[in-house]
Amino acid sequence: MSVLLFLAAALSVVVTTSIVYILVSESWSFFATIPLWTFLTDTQWTPVFAEPRYGILPLLTATLWSAGIALVIAIPLGTILAVYLSEYARPAVRETIKPMLELLVAVPTVVYGYFALLFLTPLFKQFVPGLAGFNLLVPGIVLGIMTLPYIVSISEDAMRAVPGALREGAYALGMTRFQTAMRVIIPGAFSGITAAYVLGMSRAVGETMILAIAAGQNPNLTSDPREGAATITAYIVQMSMGDLPHGSLAYQTIFAAGLTLFVMTLVFNIIGFFLRRRFREVY
Amino acid sequence: MTDIAATASEFAAPEEAATVSAHTADASISIPHALRAEVRNLSFWYKEFQALKGIQLPIADRKVTALIGASGCGKSTLLRCFNRMHDLYAGNRYDGEIVLKPEGENIVSRSVDPILVRMRVGMVFQKPNPFPKSIYENVAAGLRIRGINKRSALDERVEQVLRQAALWNEVKDRLDSSAYDLSGGQQQRLCIARTLAPEPELILLDEPTSALDPIATAVIEELVDELRKNVTIIIVTHSMQQAARISDYCAFMHLGQLIEFGETEQMFTNPGNVKTQDYITGRFG
Repeated sequence: MSVLLFLAAALSVVVTTSIVYILVSESWSFFATIPLWTFLTDTQWTPVFAEPRYGILPLLTATLWSAGIALVIAIPLGTILAVYLSEYARPAVRETIKPMLELLVAVPTVVYGYFALLFLTPLFKQFVPGLAGFNLLVPGIVLGIMTLPYIVSISEDAMRAVPGALREGAYALGMTRFQTAMRVIIPGAFSGITAAYVLGMSRAVGETMILAIAAGQNPNLTSDPREGAATITAYIVQMSMGDLPHGSLAYQTIFAAGLTLFVMTLVFNIIGFFLRRRFREVY
Repeated sequence: MTDIAATASEFAAPEEAATVSAHTADASISIPHALRAEVRNLSFWYKEFQALKGIQLPIADRKVTALIGASGCGKSTLLRCFNRMHDLYAGNRYDGEIVLKPEGENIVSRSVDPILVRMRVGMVFQKPNPFPKSIYENVAAGLRIRGINKRSALDERVEQVLRQAALWNEVKDRLDSSAYDLSGGQQQRLCIARTLAPEPELILLDEPTSALDPIATAVIEELVDELRKNVTIIIVTHSMQQAARISDYCAFMHLGQLIEFGETEQMFTNPGNVKTQDYITGRFG
């Protein structure tokens, strides 16, 4: 039995390391041809053109735009909702709202994508002048809605895990619900709340389908979220579906882009780790 | 003086005359002279379950009143009525009055904001429950929510109450370290300091030493003895010895009723009720 459990545990380690190995080794040959500096600073991404350019910036900015818009929506809204559910809502209300919210996780992202492209974008065009058919704004917002349940669910769990004795202590001092939430519950749950933010961020950065559908597939270095632009994930899915010759430089761009994504999420996780260490309030 | 006379007469003719002992009726001996609060015919329900039945109890000003009785007798329930802690949970109901002297407001009335009650009545819990903050911020918490944020005012008050709680010398060099670095006894004294900081009129202690070792317990008991010079204290305790050591008045409860109330010394040497006698001599409970 313990052998079986060990194999199960070992499997996850093996899978993770082999993914990293393949990402790094395939990217290695890519970076042997294209200098890292060019990759990071060139403003054009045209690997399959006659005159190929390999600058990740257009894809990277599109990813950051969409994930940024998503988090600007999901983090404040998610935190407020979590505080409401954990500290204000009656049990009956909480037991209704939370499962409904968690049901949002079950919506296939392809549905979100078409919802953004075919319903929300035409709607937003009416009051956002200059909004293109493919754009970063609307999928960013939808991405925020998609990320919301992760943030709410995990931060609410963390807030509810703050011991009742602390809550009673806060109320006994004369704190209002709001003061209790802001001064005792959120600091006490900070570790879990940060974990929720980091997970939300990773989900937003790694999300593919919504962006591939509603943000377009055109690498476009832009500072205007009303324009469409391919994200890293959208590019990867587009190229993977094409018939690129195995081992070609264009084929290797997929792995270089994947590695960029991997490094981004890793950096967010490390930031989250240090944030937790710095601000955690152990009880 | 009218106040005292009224109290005495209420105690001379309680509703549950049969269960109240001779001592309680003998108002001239056991009724305190200056009152900080008074419980009048208080009943309390947890949903359908009636946990308190027509409690009558005077709380003497700047004295220690102990609530004793076996588990489930309602002593903690009664204590938690004084700061409306029961309001935090749905389905609880009060009936009757707890009036805070001198102005005589009924603090369990639905029209009274429980937050305002808790601003006046502090509480220390069974297990130390410092906030996950620094020692300093724990003590300052009650002051900050009352709008005191000036560093000099906070510094002064924090030092003052930490001294009062006999903790200052142990923590003065590490006010910014976490409250959880302290030992259990120190944490409980920190909680007492936190409660004292906003100068409550009444302090509720809910078995404050039950999670502590004998030495830490002795320190807290000494502290309570010191505090009674300035504040009114109600303490729930399981330990008869503790009640005998630190309280001035003592209320014995059984199954949601107040069986006997009187001066501690008298009650422990010459209890008026058989049940009280059995309990304090350890025959049950």
